Amino acid sequence: MKLVFKNIEKDGSGSIGLISEESEDMWHAYNLIAEGDSVTASTVRKVQNESSTGSSTSSRVRTTLTITVENIDFDTQACVLRLKGRNIVENQYVKMGAYHTLDLELNRKFTLRKLQWDSVALERVDMACDPATSADVAAVVMQEGLAHVCLITSSMTLVRSKIDITIPRKRRGFTQQHEKGLAKFYEAVMQGILRHVDFSVVKCIIIASPGFVKDQYYDYMLQQAIKTDNKLLIENKSKFLLVKASSGFKHSLKEVLQEPSVMAKISDTKAASEVKLLEGFYTMLQLEPAKAFYGKKDVLRANEALAIETLMISDTLFRCQDIQKRKEYVGLVDSARDNGADVRIFSSMHVSGEQLDQLTGVAAILRFPMPELEDSDAEYDYSDSD
Amino acid sequence: MARHRNIRNRSYSDDYDYEDVYGHSVEDDVCLSPSDAAQFIYDRSRNQHAISQFLESDDIQEEPEVDDNNSRPSFERRESMDLRGLNLSEEDETKLMSCLDELRNVLGDTVLDSILIQAVIKHKFDYNKALDEILNNNKQDNIKVTAEKTKILIESAPIIPVLDRAPIVSTSTVDKTILIASKPEETNTAVVKGFKVNNDTTYSRPQTPRDQSPAVTSRGDNLDESKSTPKVKENKIDPTIKYSNERGSDKEHLYIVVIGHVDAGKSTLMGHLLCELGVVSQRTLHKYEQESKKIGKQSFMYAWVLDETGEERVRGITMDVGKAQFETKTKKVIILDAPGHADFIPNMITGAGQADVALLVVDATRGEFESGFELGGQTREHALLVRSLGVSQLAVAVNKLDTTNWSQERFNVIVKKLKLFLKQAGFKDSDVTFVPCSGLTGDNLVKPSNEAELLNWYTGPTLLDVIDKFNVPERPVSKPMRMSINDVYKGTGSGFCVAGRIENGIVNKGDKVLVCPSKEMAEVRNIAINELSTNIAFAGDQVAITLSGVEMQNVSIGYILSDSVNQVPVTSRFEARLVVFNVKVPITKGYPVLLHHQSLIESAHIRKLKALLNKSTGEMIKKKPRCLGNNSVAVVDIEVCRPICIERYKDVKELGRVMLRVSGVTIAAGLVTEIYTD
Repeated sequence: MKLVFKNIEKDGSGSIGLISEESEDMWHAYNLIAEGDSVTASTVRKVQNESSTGSSTSSRVRTTLTITVENIDFDTQACVLRLKGRNIVENQYVKMGAYHTLDLELNRKFTLRKLQWDSVALERVDMACDPATSADVAAVVMQEGLAHVCLITSSMTLVRSKIDITIPRKRRGFTQQHEKGLAKFYEAVMQGILRHVDFSVVKCIIIASPGFVKDQYYDYMLQQAIKTDNKLLIENKSKFLLVKASSGFKHSLKEVLQEPSVMAKISDTKAASEVKLLEGFYTMLQLEPAKAFYGKKDVLRANEALAIETLMISDTLFRCQDIQKRKEYVGLVDSARDNGADVRIFSSMHVSGEQLDQLTGVAAILRFPMPELEDSDAEYDYSDSD
Repeated sequence: MARHRNIRNRSYSDDYDYEDVYGHSVEDDVCLSPSDAAQFIYDRSRNQHAISQFLESDDIQEEPEVDDNNSRPSFERRESMDLRGLNLSEEDETKLMSCLDELRNVLGDTVLDSILIQAVIKHKFDYNKALDEILNNNKQDNIKVTAEKTKILIESAPIIPVLDRAPIVSTSTVDKTILIASKPEETNTAVVKGFKVNNDTTYSRPQTPRDQSPAVTSRGDNLDESKSTPKVKENKIDPTIKYSNERGSDKEHLYIVVIGHVDAGKSTLMGHLLCELGVVSQRTLHKYEQESKKIGKQSFMYAWVLDETGEERVRGITMDVGKAQFETKTKKVIILDAPGHADFIPNMITGAGQADVALLVVDATRGEFESGFELGGQTREHALLVRSLGVSQLAVAVNKLDTTNWSQERFNVIVKKLKLFLKQAGFKDSDVTFVPCSGLTGDNLVKPSNEAELLNWYTGPTLLDVIDKFNVPERPVSKPMRMSINDVYKGTGSGFCVAGRIENGIVNKGDKVLVCPSKEMAEVRNIAINELSTNIAFAGDQVAITLSGVEMQNVSIGYILSDSVNQVPVTSRFEARLVVFNVKVPITKGYPVLLHHQSLIESAHIRKLKALLNKSTGEMIKKKPRCLGNNSVAVVDIEVCRPICIERYKDVKELGRVMLRVSGVTIAAGLVTEIYTD
């Protein structure tokens, strides 16, 4: 993302001009834009003109519109961000108050105006505009009959393709069907990689599986590459990295990212550090439960006691519709940071972020043990949940 | 010809290229002949008739009884009954139609339709009574009618195994038909009996064998089941009686899973046992010996009996469950040789899920036993897994005792350690037997050993004796049918095969079954037990079923075949009582896990921690705990990514158990206590 200008008043209101350069920037934009903000961007609108005779013609016009956002829609697979809202700056084509849906486009400037730019939002802008963080890794987690081809960027894990094929078991006498099924499966995985992985961008391609599946697949792929004279695969042979994983489901990516050999390669992506942190939290929960808190209430209390050492918070909490709630969380982040805590905002697009999301979205490792909440609070908590 | 040319030269764009051609459907322009229409156009009324006929017409009268006797009125079923109750008139009509169909099946066209309808209405759609009356009225036609009946029954002979009383299921269908045809008198009596039984089971209900059978409580279910397939109605009798008829004289089937740490010698032990019992021919064994010598792994020669694929042999480990069978004095034993390697535990769970009892093999060699038994070794995990999967009887083969010179001391050390652990795992002392043996030398497998060192102190049973002494668990044949699928493959001939274990109930050839969770109807074309075709299979059997009516792609491993009336619940959220094993990190809310349920593996997460329970008393210690640590017992809500078929533990034990695994380690086992309908 490129920052074009930044006009922020003392009271926190103001506007920022940005140009998104890659699909991941859409994710950042999605996290930045909240309901009620106004966005100015160039867009295409169908305009109907009625001539004096009464016949109407419609034409598509490229124009720049400013809308107040009412609805935000993000397609994670295609990385497309759609903003729906009312027009607030009238021009010759579009009346005031007319609804329009903006599709944010790559490489076009858009201006975002907020009434309140809080620290989390500003940090997000800085992060998005930091060019050093881009390091893409492709990972394939597989087991017999199931594979996920994923793309791990610094703040997103995208499942590009899921391959789910039933492979007949080996039976006495005829293993043919099994081998056929397996070959079909490997072929599908290979096609998935070829189709979805851009070898010029990714640093390495991790193939992870339990048992010998990864080795078998690797052999199969190389054989096929030689057979079909696939230069792409042969040239990028060195980029493949075989790692052990316990299954072919998506969340075993977590294990993959903890593998030392993988960590060395992708140390600068957010994904690996997040996994490590969350694992640290769980270990703490096991060893010293009084030093690992989760849930809004508990964490807030720990924050009051200045006890937080590391605060983990999911970015979904900042995307919530309720401005009041967002404020609360921003307040928590700010005060924790003021108190010297290490604050990590997890991307909910990573496996670890997904898990944190399920775990109320906020967790903290404490500096010193604190007593657990009493029963009365637990009662309250009980009624609080869904 | 001129006309044709005309068309060819016509400018299509003029005719079709205006925009609103999309507005109306293309059929409007095309004429359909009536026969074409009949072939292609969906006739709702016709189809509905077919479905409702299938769906069991007369459960109105049945309903109270079903409710009374059925211990588990599932939510879906009740709902569907209400529905049926609402449109009564339609139902009556369909009832009438199905009765008429049945009657015509028996009587042919000899009786006028009007008489049939009258009789049916008079007896309130009771097909049996109506049939009785018509038959009595047409006594003069009686001979003809019975002849007709015989014919029909011969046609449907494959589904009446009672008729010839063949004790062994493996008699081929062709034989049976011939048998029946050659003995007409005998068949006749059999036919009469068949009807009588049916009569009894449906309505008039005098004392029948069924009433005295222990399965009376599940009567409602049986009735439902018997009527879900009107086509074979007259052949349906009580499953328990059928079971005893079919299997009474036969040796009982016992499924035994062989478990243990990697390289404990499971496959070798079983391979040697099979060789000594003569299941494997000398020639084959010789071949294995030569071949294994060739690749320098002679000690694996016995293991090759069960490890058949090239890969398993080259690597020297079992990867998928191997299967073999032999007979003891009282039993037909099917062994499932599970892989011991940690990576293949999912396969092992599939195998153990099908077993009645387990044989735990431990390596007695110094150091080896310890490494397998320590934390992270498979001895522990396997034992916990099979216990959680419902296996209560266990034999422990202390293998490779020859390497310690048959030391009694060593044997006792191992027994002591294991006993303590197995007790903790939930095995009763009386259900666990320890046997010293050696898989490679073959001592104390079938015959008592010749080793003096062993004979000095051991006088107990051989491994075979221990296997022979296992109790076969009771088979729930009278419950609604459930079968879990663990393999889907193309069989020979039409359709495709699914293999798996029948958990509950019985399956007949020709039955309609529901493939869940996709809820598609399929027909059972063929049933095979151990590659031998049969007409009927009971709970506990491992079968391969040829299905038709569904696409192979729409069936995958982990699906359940279910009775079409008493359907298996499908849900993505359920409550379970978890027993947490030794875990490295505690279980919290939102913890992602892999859920193993029978052969199904699905990703899931803990949605809610509801309560922490006292391990021994089951009392609640804490409501809504923050996390679940080692060895705790708790009630949690689990959400699965995709809907799965699951049963409450109290309803169907086998389908009410789940295992939770994370990064290759089993972290908890659970029993399903409540199923939420989403």
